[in-house]
Amino acid sequence: MGKLDGKTIIITGGGKGQGAAEVRLATNLGAKVVVTDVLDDEGNQIAEETGNVYRSLDVTSPEQWAEVVSSTVSDFGRIDGLVNNAGIFGHGGVLDSSVDQFKKIIEVNQIGTFLGMSAVAPIMVSQMSGSIVNISSIAGMRGRGAIAYGASKWAVRGMTKAAAKELGSSNIRVNSIHPGAIETDMLAGLGDTTVNRLVSNVPMQRSGTPDEVGTAVMFLLSDEASYISGAEIVVDGGLIA
Amino acid sequence: MSSLDGKVVIVTGSAKGMGAAEARDAASQGARVIVTDILDEQGKEIATEINATYRRLDVTSEKDWEALVSSVVEEHGRIDGLVNNAGIYTAQGIFNSSAESFQRTIEVNQLGTYLGMAAIAPIMANQKSGSIVNISSVAGMRGQVNIAYMASKWAVRGMTKGVANTLADSGVRCNSVHPGAVNTDILFSLEDRTLNHLISTIPMGRPGEPSEVAKVVTFLLSDAASYITGAEIVVDGGMIA
Repeated sequence: MGKLDGKTIIITGGGKGQGAAEVRLATNLGAKVVVTDVLDDEGNQIAEETGNVYRSLDVTSPEQWAEVVSSTVSDFGRIDGLVNNAGIFGHGGVLDSSVDQFKKIIEVNQIGTFLGMSAVAPIMVSQMSGSIVNISSIAGMRGRGAIAYGASKWAVRGMTKAAAKELGSSNIRVNSIHPGAIETDMLAGLGDTTVNRLVSNVPMQRSGTPDEVGTAVMFLLSDEASYISGAEIVVDGGLIA
Repeated sequence: MSSLDGKVVIVTGSAKGMGAAEARDAASQGARVIVTDILDEQGKEIATEINATYRRLDVTSEKDWEALVSSVVEEHGRIDGLVNNAGIYTAQGIFNSSAESFQRTIEVNQLGTYLGMAAIAPIMANQKSGSIVNISSVAGMRGQVNIAYMASKWAVRGMTKGVANTLADSGVRCNSVHPGAVNTDILFSLEDRTLNHLISTIPMGRPGEPSEVAKVVTFLLSDAASYITGAEIVVDGGMIA
């Protein structure tokens, strides 16, 4: 028996990395997971491995969100959890970002999260229950060079609180998670030098695993977090403490 | 997931209210709990109920802390968790606070938390493991009229981050929990008008239960939170979102 028994949960970007870890953990805790991604091969593989369904979803597309929501409701009758995990990274700072690069990151990380909440919230309101977990970053807690990425993650943090206020009376909780240096492709993509410097700044002196972020997500999805809404949980080994 | 099997956990102020709920939840997850308080009768009752040990502890007394730590180490050989939960409340603001009441509040809430961490940190550092959870408040996240209480709770939040940094390379985590309006004696002591106003500001439309705070504490005490340190988790139904 798991603490997500009987819950139906949509996880975006569930094909690999942190999203895949979240899919596995949620499944182990008894949830029925709808794995979504733009990476169909990886997504299908995780879904098959965990006995779940896969749906192709570009989080920037309102039409695709509508399809995922309607197929999920017709398959399972309800949506108890949404993890807006899909995200992309870009190094660009204020001196070297193009408008196109800036917009692309905002579109996936920020508008994608907005669209997910908009698509799923009406179902949760009609159920009078639900938990939304938005994956922000420590980049949404402090200033750093990557301007579009930082902006998108601060926006996710802010939208989380707004949605928490709006949906609280419908018994829907909305919270954000702020991972630090986590062992994913995104971290590896920073290059060894940057990763080593970053990790040397972590008080715990190591990077985190996707599972260590996943357990915080599971906690927020579960009824154990029944009075937590509009909150932010930093999972960074003390990096920004 | 939030299993505390075999962990030795000290909870201060656990004769009633939130502390009692934290002690109960920790015990239900398999922890060997040391209930401490200055309210001996109620403390013993809780300890008996959950099959734990009771030790009298005035958190402002260095001597009491020394005696406690040595008795726990003697009995159990280790200390895996410390919950600095004991606290007092005063509504006094800048216009009606006395130096004495200010100091008293700081002494229990702030110095008490400091003394607890100082007493137990060497044991945990020596073990190369441990989790400290400090109970702050939403009053430690924003400005409030109750100046002494607020100051003590901001200090707890700050000390938590300081200690997280100091102890991280010893494998010891330190986090703060920030409850909003929770059904305890502190809340019941508020005037009806104040209480009703407070509840009207909560998006979820209700105060929290002590057990809802306890679940977060248990999560932070458990290995499920292995990469979380220096973090702050607000448990307030969206009140300060």
